[in-house]
Amino acid sequence: MDWLSAKELRDKIRNGQSSSVEATNAVFEHIAKIEPTIGAYISTFEKSALDKAKEVDNRISKGGPVGELAGVPVAIKDNMCTTFGATTCASKILENFYSPYNAMVVDKLLAADAVIVGKTNLDEFAMGSSTENSGLKQTVNPWDTSRVPGGSSGGSAAAVAARLCFAALGSDTGGSIRQPASLCGVVGLKPTYGRISRFGLVAYGSSLDQIGPITRTVGDCALMMNVIASYDPADSTSVDEGTAPVPDYLEKLNEPIRKLKIAIVPEFVAGADKQVQEALSAALDIYKGLGAEIIEIEMAHLDYAIAAYYVIATAEASSNLARYDGVHYGYRTKDPKDYIEVYSKSRAEGFGKEVKRRIMLGTYALSSGYYDAYYLKALKVRNLIRGDFTKAFERCDCILMPVSPTTAFKIGEKVDDPLTMYLSDIYTIAVNLAGIPGISIPCGFDGENLPIGLQILSPAFSEDRLLRIARMFEKETDWHRKRPAIINQ
Amino acid sequence: MSELEYKVIVGLEIHVHLCTKTKMFCGCELSFGEEANSKVCPVCLGMPGVLPVMNKQAFEYAVLVALALNCEIAKFTKWDRKGYYYPDLPKNYQISQYDLPLSRNGFIEMPLESGKSKRIRIIRAHLEEDAGKNLHATGNFSQVDLNRAGTPLLEIVTEPDMNSAAEVRALAGELQRIVRYLGVSEADMQKGHMRFEPNVNLVITKDGKEYKTPIVEVKNLNSFRALERSIEYEIGRQVEHFLETGEVMEMGNKSTRGWDDGKEVTVLQREKEEAHDYRYFPEPDLVPVELTGQWLEDIKSRLCELPIKRQMRFVTDYGLSEYDAGVLTAERATGKFFDEVVKAGGEPKRVCNLLTQVGLKLANEKGCSVTELGVKPSALAQLAEMVEASMVSATASTTIFEEMVKTGKGPEIIAKELDLIQKSDAGELEKIVEQVLAENRKAVGDVKSGGKKSKKAMSFLLGQVMQKTKGQANPKIVSEILSKKLN
Repeated sequence: MDWLSAKELRDKIRNGQSSSVEATNAVFEHIAKIEPTIGAYISTFEKSALDKAKEVDNRISKGGPVGELAGVPVAIKDNMCTTFGATTCASKILENFYSPYNAMVVDKLLAADAVIVGKTNLDEFAMGSSTENSGLKQTVNPWDTSRVPGGSSGGSAAAVAARLCFAALGSDTGGSIRQPASLCGVVGLKPTYGRISRFGLVAYGSSLDQIGPITRTVGDCALMMNVIASYDPADSTSVDEGTAPVPDYLEKLNEPIRKLKIAIVPEFVAGADKQVQEALSAALDIYKGLGAEIIEIEMAHLDYAIAAYYVIATAEASSNLARYDGVHYGYRTKDPKDYIEVYSKSRAEGFGKEVKRRIMLGTYALSSGYYDAYYLKALKVRNLIRGDFTKAFERCDCILMPVSPTTAFKIGEKVDDPLTMYLSDIYTIAVNLAGIPGISIPCGFDGENLPIGLQILSPAFSEDRLLRIARMFEKETDWHRKRPAIINQ
Repeated sequence: MSELEYKVIVGLEIHVHLCTKTKMFCGCELSFGEEANSKVCPVCLGMPGVLPVMNKQAFEYAVLVALALNCEIAKFTKWDRKGYYYPDLPKNYQISQYDLPLSRNGFIEMPLESGKSKRIRIIRAHLEEDAGKNLHATGNFSQVDLNRAGTPLLEIVTEPDMNSAAEVRALAGELQRIVRYLGVSEADMQKGHMRFEPNVNLVITKDGKEYKTPIVEVKNLNSFRALERSIEYEIGRQVEHFLETGEVMEMGNKSTRGWDDGKEVTVLQREKEEAHDYRYFPEPDLVPVELTGQWLEDIKSRLCELPIKRQMRFVTDYGLSEYDAGVLTAERATGKFFDEVVKAGGEPKRVCNLLTQVGLKLANEKGCSVTELGVKPSALAQLAEMVEASMVSATASTTIFEEMVKTGKGPEIIAKELDLIQKSDAGELEKIVEQVLAENRKAVGDVKSGGKKSKKAMSFLLGQVMQKTKGQANPKIVSEILSKKLN
């Protein structure tokens, strides 16, 4: 059962070869066995999941209509609002927050008849690259439990890699889908900004945040996109279908792109570990073998991406997180002296270290007298980076680069060195600044059997082509079929 | 001590609630007086994960007002977050407009009591969302009601062009009249639909030198009276403060004061303009608004004749007094109705008298506008003509108007039914006059003898005739007969 992709499972459930109850039970048995080690979930919903599975099976047996994810067990990152379970953002300040509404993507999953297994761990408020900043628990990498799963969607990536669900949703502000997918050996897609409704996604950096799928295969990514991609009038930044129609991502998935032109940024890649670079050039060889042309390009402003990102993201975060103040909901300090203390103490006690660090950074960047030098300048850099990509895509179909300069690192290795941790986002961050889509797919392993990811970037709203390019590679390789040993425990 | 001379300088910030169907950024209805926190949703509660969606109607209302205030309308405008922590502000930032407001550089023509008008420059008008309300009940806690949170708020900022409390009051009143005309706000002070924040200081001349007193911002005034009184109070206080301390305006000594309605004094709230840093930045959850030419034209087509223009037209075209024209244009419906009655043939001054002396009183009693009294413009025009033609007396016209409202019948039918048609039959009136002259010999003598008493005696005789005819005699004709008989 756990060999199946989400799409294969969906098809088997639909045609009666398997059932949702069977799949859901298998997932929960598996959770009982290895979740205590992995720690991917903040909450699980065995009862409601089984109820939904039964209901879907019932409908199928009666010949009724079922959705695109009929009976498939999926997980949701715990920064998306649900009316079932808490929505914690892995923060003490929201530990007991129960949302009165569902995020748009959650409604989409439910409408597609997905079975929701649980909500996954993350770096608190999605701020981090290792899931070590979770205020609630530690998630480990299924390939080596002494290592991080990446982050911030570490729980979702680990859950998919460890077969604790068939697919999951993550969110990506600076690489938070692609990097954990890479470190856990699964597929992760950050769609174009505006392609998927952010309504109900607890905001970190509003102009950068985007929800996307983490799956075992490229095909599953396409399937998930078919369910969640759409215009949403409740999200003013979502793009209407007149401007950018939503295609059927599965329809032409297996058709290779002819005369594929791939660009690489040699100088930029040089900073990655040797084994990561080797995996990348092996991937390029595969594409060459498929008839692709490889060109080298320069992107003048990529070096400034991290600096610009940490100004823009933290500035927005400082404002987005202002509402967690102990007044209306969430954690409130005991016995405050006055209402100022309700704010200061609730926030001091409720937020973790990294979140506070970013709030401070962002507050500083927006302060009067500093705004022009930091925030405004960062916006200018952002425009230059966008321009770099626009220019690059005039010459190529896609850009290939690593996802992360290293494979999964040891838990605790970088926690005391936030700057090094920030620098590990070097390959993923520019994509969010530019708003374009990027995918991470498994492309090899290092000497310690840790997965390496390949990142492919394409122009805005070309996810269908991006998935086809990724699928071309996936067809030629079997990295995505490798499974961490812990699954067989 | 030498004589002090001073000039008052006031600029005004005005917040106006727009009467849209729903709130500024969510689908909740606007609320007044409902149970606390009953008109709220995740968006206006600022729950995690929610996103705002701009209310197009609010934007159009705001543009409409900006047009009426002769502002330049921005083709491209954006939203910004203004950050500050307060319990009635659920997100701890307010969505507002900072460097690209939807309009700037306008002016408002404000009528003065003298009959002249004065131009007050408008710096900008922009849209934002209102906050909720903190409720301080007894006990060791406060409560928050967020029904008001998210109500569309138009902020209008003037240049410091006003030079007295009365002028500020007049501007506020004119603004109220304008937004009501445009139908974009009820502008009901009691419901907090308008709030004022004047910035007041003085330029004092002493011993031939000019001194500017520190600017004081008086916060959150919600009645015309409080607005006027607080400025008057501030003028006196600032003069006194200057005499005591000699303090003059300098960087950073602007202060904020509140108005104590009971004691009628302003109370210090913030001494120095604390470096209040709102950390404005562009709202990433909303897209900028681009006002296309066609859209702007659509909004422009909804503009109506503005009150002051109408008021001036009533004076110049119809010869009404400044005061009467003001009364008729206080509300859009009244002025429009007046125009219709005149168009239907009513003599303007007669119509004005009927409306200001009877119509508005009746409407006020019924709690409706004059258009809702059930009297057609043509019927009122007819009544005015009847008065004009001396068919009925001015006194009788009041009764007839009241009956028209009550019964819906035409003025002529009512006049006949109530026997209010003036007696103009000269023969019949002559008999009554002769009778009166016979009964009042002394008065007749007084008239004939001329001099001081003559005029008085004449009116007495006229009054006697009117009495005998129960007020139905046409006084003009009676006068003519009397003069003829007594000369």
